[in-house]
Amino acid sequence: MAEIRFTAVHHRFGDRVVLDGIELNLSQHRVGIVGANGSGKSTLARMINGLIRPTSGAVTVDGLDTAAKGREVRRRVGFVFTDPDNQIVMPTVAEDVAFSLRRSGLTKPEIAERVAAVLRRFQLHDHADHPTHLLSGGQKQLLALAAVLITRPDVVVADEPTTLLDLRNARMVNDLLAGMPEQVVLVTHHLHLLDQFDRVVVLDSGQVIADGPPPAAVDAYTRLLT
Amino acid sequence: MTVIGLYQAGSSVLHRIPAGWKLLGMLLAIVALVAATRPWQLGVAAVLVAVGFAIARIPFRVTWAQLWPMRWMILFVALFQLIFSGPERAIMVCGSLLISVAIAALVTLTTRVTEMLDVCQWLLRPLRRVGVDPDRVGLVLALTIRCIPLLVGIVRDVSDARKARGAGFSLRAMAAPAVVRALRSADAIGDALIARGVDD
Repeated sequence: MAEIRFTAVHHRFGDRVVLDGIELNLSQHRVGIVGANGSGKSTLARMINGLIRPTSGAVTVDGLDTAAKGREVRRRVGFVFTDPDNQIVMPTVAEDVAFSLRRSGLTKPEIAERVAAVLRRFQLHDHADHPTHLLSGGQKQLLALAAVLITRPDVVVADEPTTLLDLRNARMVNDLLAGMPEQVVLVTHHLHLLDQFDRVVVLDSGQVIADGPPPAAVDAYTRLLT
Repeated sequence: MTVIGLYQAGSSVLHRIPAGWKLLGMLLAIVALVAATRPWQLGVAAVLVAVGFAIARIPFRVTWAQLWPMRWMILFVALFQLIFSGPERAIMVCGSLLISVAIAALVTLTTRVTEMLDVCQWLLRPLRRVGVDPDRVGLVLALTIRCIPLLVGIVRDVSDARKARGAGFSLRAMAAPAVVRALRSADAIGDALIARGVDD
């Protein structure tokens, strides 16, 4: 697994402190991040692939500084957003997955083969030529995930990927995330989805207030809310 | 099928012809239609296009959906031509227009967007010397196509929200939230593009 390290990370948007002295070393297979709205969890997740640079401190992935080596980091860290509509670029399913490989150096037949394989894995092969905007919410999120995984990243960061889904689709997406061989960092409000995870980090007001195996960390978060 | 989801998957000979040849063929066919001087020539062209739709196995309702939106324009042009140029000219102009749209629809229905974009990028390659990035232009075109249903969805949501609150039509009440949501979506799409390695 990759080693994701946060060292003395502070971040602010204007006067508002979003992350306040984060020290973390995430090397487990499946890591969950929970916290109330505005606790800083999405900011923390986006720092892992360099979408947000910390105001001070450093975030590294296997020693690569995400601020200085953003492109290299993004080749190793895939990102799944809350709203898949913002992540889908191309008009049809197969074209969107293939878009992720446009600069991979692979030939067209190789790309087509990999696209077909990943669509089969996500049970989207029957929708290969389907317009992306006509997919259901769950299918769109599966497509977003497929488009990330086809690049074979070491780490997948998912920022509330199940928030817009119904329970059935949420479970399906979560089971896929939990069962992936790739390292997964999942930001979520759905605490029951973290049962299969190795570690849960709880954020509040930009600070880590609990960190450990799911039962203990989730209990700490639940106590914080009551 | 919708405004954007035009491509009809298939394996016909028309689906397999490279996009560049199809676009060139479309251009030549439309030039020939404009140059046509007799109604029988249009009749031959109409039959050939109909055969093209049959070969591509495009369902009739899909073909009809492409042509039906033209009805008011065809009617207007026909009336205009009838009044000022006579019936033969009206047939020639309206027939050419209708068949040209049908040809364009046939190309669109049998060609993936990415194949079209590949042709655009290939055509733009010589402009690299003056600083044009064909890949970027292709991406912009793809995003433009992709964003149309997104924007339609935003406008529909804002309109529904306005109705749900019992408000009457107001351009400001419609435009302001729609523009704000569109800009937020643009920001989010920008982040997603970076995450997908577009800045590589």
